[in-house]
Amino acid sequence: MKIALVGQPNSGKSTIFNHAAGYKAITSNFPGKTVTYTVSKMTFQGVTIEIADLPGTYSLTSFDLAELETRKYLLREKVDVVVNVVDAALLSRELELTLQVLELNLPTVLCLNMIDEAEARGIEIDEQKLAQLLDIPVVKTVAHKGWGIDELFENVIKMKSNPSKGKIPTLSKDVEDVLKGLVGELEDKNYRDKFNVPLRFLATKLLENDQYFIEEVKNIDVGFIKNIKNYQKALEQCRDRDSDVVISSERHHLSMDLYEKVVNLTKPKMELRSYLDNIFMHPIWGYVSMIAILYLFFNFVFYVGNFFEEPLLDFFYQFLPYIEDRMGANTLLFNITNGIVQGLAGGIAIVLPFLFPFLLGLAFLEDVGYIPRIAFLMDAFLHRIGLHGKAIIPLILGYGCTVPAVMATRILESERDRFIASVLTTMIPCAARITIIFGLVAFYLGPKAALFVYVLNIVVVAIAGKILSRLLPEVTPGMIMEIPSYHIPSLKVLLAKVWLRMKEFIVVAWPLLIAGSVALSLLKYWQLESFINKLVSPITLLLGLPAAVGVTLIFGVLRKELSMVMLVQALGATNISTVMSATQIMTFTIFVLFYTPCVATIAVLIKEIGSKRTIFAMVFTFFIAILLATATRLVY
Amino acid sequence: MVVNLINVKPGSRVKVIRIQGGLGVRQRLSCLGIHPGDLMAVQTSAIMQGPIVVGIHGNKVAIGRCVAAKILVEEV
Repeated sequence: MKIALVGQPNSGKSTIFNHAAGYKAITSNFPGKTVTYTVSKMTFQGVTIEIADLPGTYSLTSFDLAELETRKYLLREKVDVVVNVVDAALLSRELELTLQVLELNLPTVLCLNMIDEAEARGIEIDEQKLAQLLDIPVVKTVAHKGWGIDELFENVIKMKSNPSKGKIPTLSKDVEDVLKGLVGELEDKNYRDKFNVPLRFLATKLLENDQYFIEEVKNIDVGFIKNIKNYQKALEQCRDRDSDVVISSERHHLSMDLYEKVVNLTKPKMELRSYLDNIFMHPIWGYVSMIAILYLFFNFVFYVGNFFEEPLLDFFYQFLPYIEDRMGANTLLFNITNGIVQGLAGGIAIVLPFLFPFLLGLAFLEDVGYIPRIAFLMDAFLHRIGLHGKAIIPLILGYGCTVPAVMATRILESERDRFIASVLTTMIPCAARITIIFGLVAFYLGPKAALFVYVLNIVVVAIAGKILSRLLPEVTPGMIMEIPSYHIPSLKVLLAKVWLRMKEFIVVAWPLLIAGSVALSLLKYWQLESFINKLVSPITLLLGLPAAVGVTLIFGVLRKELSMVMLVQALGATNISTVMSATQIMTFTIFVLFYTPCVATIAVLIKEIGSKRTIFAMVFTFFIAILLATATRLVY
Repeated sequence: MVVNLINVKPGSRVKVIRIQGGLGVRQRLSCLGIHPGDLMAVQTSAIMQGPIVVGIHGNKVAIGRCVAAKILVEEV
């Protein structure tokens, strides 16, 4: 049995998905984190269910990539049951999507999620009456606590023997007549088979001027566009408004009508969090608190990481002399063992101590719902660099990992904005580069120097953004963004999310780290290392770095952590400050921070912005890295 | 009196009269529940030509200046 979770952004689809399938999809409290779908199999009461977590979509009219993905999935895959997940606190608005889902004519279950939130706001919903009006099962849930999930899936399974596709409320008579007229013509043209969609759905979308379907019609029958335009005109004459507004207003009225029939409004509970935005979104205190929060976050990562780095490093390196004694310094076996120990030590002592507190802090900010507030506060600044506030979301995610951050640029409306934001995210220090900033700069030069690196990075990203938007002058479409209410995150979900992101490091990066360390050991053993270093020497000479770091820069393209971890090994010293001056440490960090994105990022960039623009991004960031690192050498 | 949303002081309640601008803007606003005829509360606006936050159907929506300039409202 195949089911799909459909709903507006931030309604809790991924939370339900994770509850059913184990934590596999990232959940956060801001709209638009799921940009591509995740599929998983689960067994419920002996029935095997394939469940798809689709990107959130406000409507089934396509205008962003994530929304188009959802619609294509629904039309292409033979889904047995659609589970329409609704944020119960926003029922009146979310029913507008429900009405469109019903037009798809598929067996549907309506899930009223976050019902506790709705009740706290004084919204009591009579689910039986709603079920009766729409003629589909309606289930109340609180997904993050697991309430009602079993009942939801029981209803899904019941659909197998007794599918209910719901009934679609009719529109006002004049509008309905126009719609029926178009449906009739589509019927005559046999469009049902050509498009494989219910004709009422297709007709509504054509009247709404849905670009995707209009293009499809143009491909088959250009002449028919004229007929569609006539129907759109007829609607415009009905209401003296554009045809898309007529349809959306109709849907709005139908939902409001349903809402009023099933909802009993009581007095909302007064809660502290409704006052939080008086500070966090205040024209002055908003910025003060934002800086304070980010500064606290920075210190949290630094002190937790620092506490663990040194003892762990000492622990691992105490074995090396012992092994060297037993095996002899110049044997192949020792070189390989040395590589493995260094790789293991690098992962445990340098990467994990900073990665864990960082990801935990980021997960907390995401789940509490603070990220959209940052987007609000930063909108004006981002306009100066030719983007708008929403672009801050991929940029912030970039501090975690560049790959999902580049994918998150899909929440932006225009192709140009997506391109600029993608290039900028590659310059944001991801968790891998964070280990360099903390493990190297903060560790040897102090936390102030590390903070300086962060601030410098933001300034450079801003200037780069300005340059790119000058190169591509085009007005950004302007921000329209939901600000979700604050949620208290559950520790279990936070840890599951941190684990999901750490797994990427442990499963992919760590083996690579160990393999890289072994490779470096072997290169040293066969004395090939100096050959590679000679190849990279134009860069190391220009930047005034020891020639031995050349090889780490090459490996850094595979994974950015490699540059840091292998540095210790390449220089042959546990205490880097004995072999590199403060200027050299800083120059190295600045260069590694900006130069060419890692292999995984390059792959995702090619997919999202195309290979030509990816090459541009690589050259552009490399150029910036050389420029800034040279400047650091001279000035710092 | 019909005014532009950017000229409304935070704290006032307004009724949406008309949404100017193209298909994209209209549809994106309608998705977040903003249609002609709806009531909304103007909550805050950010400094330096930053966005305006409105409360609509129990939800908060941040609207950038250039979009807000396309929304005609009437104070109620």
